[in-house]
Order: sequence, then C-alpha cells, then structure tokens
Amino acid sequence: MSTSERPGNRRGLAGKPGDFVEFIDIQKTYDGETLVVKNLNLSIRHGEFLTLLGPSGSGKTTSLMMLAGFEVPTQGRIELDGRRINDMAPHKRDIGMVFQNYALFPHMTVEENLAFPLQVRRMPRADIEQKVERALEMVQLSQMRKRRPAQLSGGQQQRVALARALVFDPKLILMDEPLGALDKQLREHMQIEIKHIHQKLDVTVVYVTHDQSEALTMSDRVAVFNDGVVQQLATPTDLYERPENAFVAQFIGESNKLRGVVSSQNGKECIVNVNGHGDVRAVPIRANGPGNKTTLSLRPERVRINPTDGVFTNQFDAQVEELIYLGDHTRARVSVLGTDDFVIKLPNAEGVPDLAPGSPIRIGWKPEDCRALDWS
Amino acid sequence: MSLAEAAFIQAVDGVPLKIKLARAERKRKLKAVGLVLPLFLFVVITFLSPLLVMTLKSVENEETFGRLDRTREALASWSGQDLPDEAAFAALAADLKIAGEQRLAGEIAKRINYEFPGAQSKFKTITRKVAAMETGPYRETFLSTDAAWGNPKLWRVIQGASGKYTAYYWLSAVDLRQGASGIEQVPANQAVFLDVYGRTFWIAGLVTGLTLVLGFPVAYLLATQPASRANVLMIFVMLPFWTSLLVRTTAWFVLLRNEGPLNDLAQLLIGSRFDMIFTRFATILAMTHIQLPFTLLPIYSVMKTIPPSHVRAARSLGAGPFLAFWRVYFPQTVPGIAAGCLLTFILSLGYYITPALVGGPRDQMVSNYVSYYMNNIINFGQASALGATLLIITLVLYWAYNRLVGIDKMKLG
Ligand SMILES: Nc1ncnc2c1ncn2[C@@H]1O[C@H](COP(=O)(O)OP(=O)(O)OP(=O)(O)O)[C@@H](O)[C@H]1O
Ligand SMILES: [Mg+2]
Repeated sequence: MSTSERPGNRRGLAGKPGDFVEFIDIQKTYDGETLVVKNLNLSIRHGEFLTLLGPSGSGKTTSLMMLAGFEVPTQGRIELDGRRINDMAPHKRDIGMVFQNYALFPHMTVEENLAFPLQVRRMPRADIEQKVERALEMVQLSQMRKRRPAQLSGGQQQRVALARALVFDPKLILMDEPLGALDKQLREHMQIEIKHIHQKLDVTVVYVTHDQSEALTMSDRVAVFNDGVVQQLATPTDLYERPENAFVAQFIGESNKLRGVVSSQNGKECIVNVNGHGDVRAVPIRANGPGNKTTLSLRPERVRINPTDGVFTNQFDAQVEELIYLGDHTRARVSVLGTDDFVIKLPNAEGVPDLAPGSPIRIGWKPEDCRALDWS
Repeated sequence: MSLAEAAFIQAVDGVPLKIKLARAERKRKLKAVGLVLPLFLFVVITFLSPLLVMTLKSVENEETFGRLDRTREALASWSGQDLPDEAAFAALAADLKIAGEQRLAGEIAKRINYEFPGAQSKFKTITRKVAAMETGPYRETFLSTDAAWGNPKLWRVIQGASGKYTAYYWLSAVDLRQGASGIEQVPANQAVFLDVYGRTFWIAGLVTGLTLVLGFPVAYLLATQPASRANVLMIFVMLPFWTSLLVRTTAWFVLLRNEGPLNDLAQLLIGSRFDMIFTRFATILAMTHIQLPFTLLPIYSVMKTIPPSHVRAARSLGAGPFLAFWRVYFPQTVPGIAAGCLLTFILSLGYYITPALVGGPRDQMVSNYVSYYMNNIINFGQASALGATLLIITLVLYWAYNRLVGIDKMKLG
C-alpha cells in the first residue's frame, strides 16, 4: 500500500506523511503499577535505520515487542504503514525479527531454518529453494547450509538469524541487541555488514542496543530511551553535538557536567554562576531564565589549555590532578570551578605542553560548545 | 614432527615425555576407577550376581539332579516310546528308596509334578511301597499301583528331570513344551504366559500413552508459568510421587470399591453401581496415576530448556500459534517425551502391587506370576524363567527403541 492510498490520514502528534511505523501515545505496564513505557511517540520513516538506545530496563525491548506483536500496549496506538496493528497477531504482521540469542531452531539445519518462513507462507518449492539460496549467498553461508545451528560459530549463527529474518522480504526488520553476544571485533564487522545489507535492500530497520558507539555508527536516527521516555530522537551528529538534555549529554559520549544557577539569559547566551566559583557563558538550551538551576554540559575535547588571553570568553584557573596516556590522546583530570572530575582530552600532537600532576594551568572554551541544559 | 621424533622428546628431568604423560594419565585413571568402584561392587553384589544365580535356577534341575542317577543310566538305551524295561523300574525304585530315606522324595515328586500333573501323589504312594520291598519284580508292582507308570510320557519327564540342565522352565515361559517328537505348543487350555506377556505389554503401553496424553499439557503449563506459580503447581504433581506406592494403591482400592465413595455417588446420582474394583479399568487408572510424574518430569525439564524466543521467532516468521508449536516447540520436546515414556513403559512392565490389589484375575501381569511362583508354589525355576524372559524382551525393545529414537538424544533433564 503506498503512502497516498492510506485510509484515514488522521495522525497523532507524532504522525507525518511518509512515516512507516508510528507509536502514538503508547503506554505499557506489566504489573499495573509502574509504567515501563510512558507516553511514547515515535515515527519511523520508510527505509530508515532507526536505533533505540538506552540503559538497561529503559523499555527498549518492550517497545520492540509491542511492535512485533508479542506485547499489547496498555494504552495508545501503533500503526504500520497506516494501519492500526494493536490487535493484529504477530504472524500476520510480516515483520522480520532478529533476537538477541538468535533463536535459531536447533532441530533444523541452516537451510531448513531459512526455508521455514517461506514454507509457512506456502510458497512453491522452487521459489523457496531460490530464495534460500539467495539469502545464503547474501550472508556468505552457502557452504554451511546442511549444518545445524549448534555446529556454527556465534558470528555464523548471527548471520543465519539475519538471513532468516530477511528471506521472506519483510518491509520491516526488528533487531534486539543482535550483536550483544559477539566479541568486539566481530561485532564491528557485523555492524558494517548489517549496514550494507540495509543499504542494499529497501527495508526499514528498528534496532535495539545499549552500545552507543554501535548506535552512532549504524543509524540514520537514534532514539535515546530512558525511564520509558524518548529523551531525544535525532541523527547521530545532532545527538552528539546538540544534546537536548542532561541525560543525553551524559549518555552519548563523554561530557563534563557543571551545575549552577542562571544569572542572566538572552536568546543566544546565558551566564551561569557555578556555585560561586565563577561565571560561565553558555548556550541556553533548557535554561529557564535567571534564578533557575541548570546543568552545563561540555565535551572534553572542546576544552583548550593555556589559551591566549581573550580568545575564549570562558577562561578559568585549574590544577592538573591526574594524567592518563591513551596513545592518540591524553586524558587530563583537572580541578576547576569547585569540581575535581573535570576531564580534558589533549590530542598527542605538536604544540601540546608537557604537564605534570599538580601543575597549575589555565583552561578555556567557547560559549557555543557549552550547553545549559536541564537540572539533573 | 614425526611420531618417532615425538617419542624422544624429553621432559626437563630427562624422562621421555610419553612416559611422563602415561604416568600422569595412570594416576587420573586410578582415581576414576576408585570413584566408581564402590558403586560397581554394590551393583555386582546386589544386582548382577542375584540375577545370574536366579537365571541359573531357571535352567537347572535343582530338585532332582544327582538323585535319579541310577534311573538315568538305566534309561540311557530306552527308545522313549514304549514301556521301559524291568531294569529301569528297579533303578527308579532304588533311587526312590534312597531319596525316601533322606526325605528328598517329596522334592523329586514336586519337580516331576510340574511337567506331569498328578505325578506327586503317585510318587508318594510308590515311594512308600518300594521302601518296604526288598526285591523285585518292580515293574509289576509299579504298574499295579498306578496305571500311569505305564505311560511313556511320565518316563520321558523323569528322564528329562534326571539331567543337570533342563529347558522346561524356559519353554513353558513361552507356552511351549518338550513333546514326544520335539518341541510343541502346550494345549490351549494350559497356555497362559503368552497371554500374560501380551497383557503386560498392552497395559504398560496404554499406561504410557495415557500418562503422555495427560502429562504433556501439564508439563507445558508448568514450563510456561512464572517460577512462583510453577513451583506451587509442581508440588501437586510431586505429591503422589512422595506418597508410598502401597498407600496410593490402597487409596484407589477404597475409592473404587463397590461400597466406595465413587459408587455411593453413582448410586445417588443415577441409581446404580459400577463394577470398578478388580477390573482392567482400575488397574490402568491406578497405574496411570502413579506413573504420571515419571512421564511428566523429563518432559518438563526438557521444556524448561526451550527458550520462549523460539516460538516467538516462529511466530514472527509467519507461523500461526499451532504451526509454531508443532514445527518448532514440539520437536524440541521429543527427547523428553522419549525419556519419560521409556521410563514409564519399563517401570510399568514390572508392576506388581497395583494389579494384585485393584486388578482382576485377567489383569495380573508377569510380575504377579513371578511372585506367585516364588511365594506360593516355591518354584524358583519358573519364576526366574518368566522374569528373565521379560528382561530379554525389554532389552530387545530398548535396543529397537535406541535404533529408532537414539538413546543419546534422550534427555532426563
Ligand atoms: N514480561 C515482563 N513482565 C514484567 N516486567 C517486565 C517484563 N519484561 C520487562 N519487564 C520490565 O520492564 C522494564 C523494561 O524492560 P525492557 O526489557 O523493555 O528493557 P530494555 O530496555 O530492553 O533493557 P535491556 O537493555 O536490559 O534489554 C524492566 O524494568 C523490566 O523489569
Ligand atoms: Mg532488552
């Protein structure tokens, strides 16, 4: 069904034409006491690679299971290609799914596993063989077709699971931490492989992970979950460069946190007094005007040491507490503005001064790099 | 590197590596032997040796061997068809005289009686008679005492029983006997055992099937419930397991009696009583009840290991609830079903108390006959031939089952 033919184009707040999957005002509780998913509004575009990222227990799997049809939303509406699917049985949704532990059928060979979704769709035998062949080629497992899952390595099992979710040409693929059980190297390899498959096929992927680097490498957009709420839905660049709240700033990458009270604010800049230790100029994102508390967030690599006077409007005296050499860069932990866990990343390039623990330095940063967010 | 080279590799202290390895391995092996030895000895003493001794009893003429030697010699040249000569009668008289003095004549008479019903009393009379005789002719005395002494069949039985070994018990365990001209079937009115085996296997099979049909859904329910609820339900399943077999069987006896609560209820509701106790129905009912946990538990423990994500995966791949169950869940439970059913089937084959207490005469199983021969008739030979035949049939079935299902695929948990 094409977008233009969709019946009843009435959308929820999140809905815009072109959206393929929509969660509209979704709430979910398992025990009737606590909401695991609180008011989820999320639209996923056609052909998009969208990742749900968040700490353990934040409701990612639950959201995915509601989409797959294994959990029923307590409240709200889920739409797939314009149709409400709240009450549709899972096997009628045509959604491919890759489970964390692959869920390959142990009593079937690789080939039989791949043929399963086609057999239950009563496809002609010749078509099944052809599609299985193609899927095996795609994940480069043609040699392993007669093996049982137990005779495959973790990475191979993962690829079978991927091929099985793709073999019946679903328009939507869900993956719940599909790489969680693999070692780092294999994981990175598979990330790229999955990404390539996504680019090659015209599928929409909803991907769940709690590994932020995985989310940033693979996704078109990332929805950061916490506590049953989407904290921010944005491209990887925006998430990193322009976090909209303190949780996202902390969760994605590393950032220094300074707590203070806004003393003055206009549209482009605010001045925040950090516990009486100094005034910091920052971009007001979620600052609520003079007198209100705010959390300042600043990436460690945006801080310069011993800058020429006047280059930065934010300049403070600091003292080196600890230095950790990390090859391409050195992490310096300094005390400044009343905290002693302020981190600076210094590239190991020419012109970077030798430092020693205890030595006094001056540090500075641009107001644009410092974001005044909500109090946390 | 070649093997020859490898043999010369030496450890730091100059001892060849291979010898070092062998020494290290030897210690490990000794330890392994030490660990299994107590149980091994226990099994040999309490299981294998009684089994062997009892099996020997089923082929030996314990009661008669060595006590009819003269008769055997005298019958050595006998044709087996006509009346034996005077020498044979005299030899038997001599054997019986000695046996009578040693008070062993009764045992001989009992043994001959197995194969020639009615012989016991004839032996008693003649033993008394020959004890008083000094000289012959014995043939006339025997024949005039009882015409049966002129029956070649009786003499064939005596001849057969005088040797060390006999096939009698094994043949009769499968309703065969030694006839005038080779092995033949026993007359229909004496054939019991084939029927008993058939019945035993039928009852065991039916009980196995019923426990599977009743147990499988319960196992599924238990395996899919949250742990807290599953544990409570599990207690109900295990409760009969923890109660003594005798107590449970007796409870069934009380329940199913003609004056029992079930019949009282039936009387109240529809005004008539049913014959439930001492029937096949009662036997099967009680056995199914007792065996249920044995079938259920292996299935349950296998089901516990099947991740719920398998069925979910099947559903997401387009299979409806039934198809997902049948093609993905069920095949994974087969090892548990195999284990549970085999366990129940083999245990059911040996049932004894339950058919004895709640079954009728037509529901007695092989073990009941074994017990009958052991305790009532004191015929160890027949008892052990019956038991051993059952053991052999069971082993053959086990072998066939292994070929079909594969024991290594079977899981008890
Ligand atoms: N079947 C269930 N019954 C009751 N509570 C559940 C159930 N499944 C999940 N929960 C609860 O819901 C919350 C969210 O769980 P969910 O599995 O969605 O988290 P998640 O974001 O996927 O976490 P993780 O990264 O650890 O997989 C958790 O607090 C969890 O305890
Ligand atoms: Mg999860």
